[in-house]
Amino acid sequence: MTVFLTRKCEFSASHHYHNPAFTAEENRRVFGKCNNPNGHGHNYTLEVTVKGEVDATTGFVVDLKELKEIMNREVVDAMDHRYLNHEVPEFQSQIPTTENIAIAIWKRLEGKLHVAKLHRVRLYEMHNLWVDFYGEA
Amino acid sequence: MKAHLTRRYWFAASHRLDTPKLTADENRAVYGKCNNPFGHGHNYALEVTVSGQVEAATGMICNLVDIDRTVKHHVLERFDHQNLNCVPEFREIVPTTENLCIAIFNILKRRLENTHLEKVRLEETSQNSFEVIGE
Repeated sequence: MTVFLTRKCEFSASHHYHNPAFTAEENRRVFGKCNNPNGHGHNYTLEVTVKGEVDATTGFVVDLKELKEIMNREVVDAMDHRYLNHEVPEFQSQIPTTENIAIAIWKRLEGKLHVAKLHRVRLYEMHNLWVDFYGEA
Repeated sequence: MKAHLTRRYWFAASHRLDTPKLTADENRAVYGKCNNPFGHGHNYALEVTVSGQVEAATGMICNLVDIDRTVKHHVLERFDHQNLNCVPEFREIVPTTENLCIAIFNILKRRLENTHLEKVRLEETSQNSFEVIGE
């Protein structure tokens, strides 16, 4: 029987939205306040949901300690208290929107899980705004 | 790549659940306290989920400002601090949260441009919530 398990963690980071292919005016119009070149920040909440069969011996879908370590290493250590545009490699070439951060987190976690399968990455930028990514093309 | 984006809003409104298709006794039996002739109110929490490809140029599925403007103008300003029984959508139907959720889904489906409406989720209280998912 498939069971879904969700683990939550938090990180705080700054970013700004800017596309060098746009003019300054287009950047301001498309990205609004998020275009401020000095950046601004959020407390992000990340929920990682994995799915799998319950192991008959351990009763686990996944070893939570291992999942926590992977999330800390791949996401929190890399993004917490960082300026995403300048300090996280994915955002040298991509705009660090919540959509793109969720996709980047999925790519960082996918393949690192040995037993369970990654089902959903949910990233809250604020309590009233979040993105879900299911690994869809 | 395809992602889902959800935005959460709040509005407060009153309603009374009562249908002319039932007798007064039947209405009381079916709707209980919600049949109180004077009505009662809720703080509704509304979640609007859209989905689509993340645009390479913007890193976004759609412009959040457009979603906020549409929801504010066509839903929040119409329903916030209103008696739902007096709103045109509920002249003929009972303003249950099921029907309110469907009404909001239909309004947004019509009004949101260039965006795929994936789901509307409506919390009537912290214990009750309803979802309409686009087919």
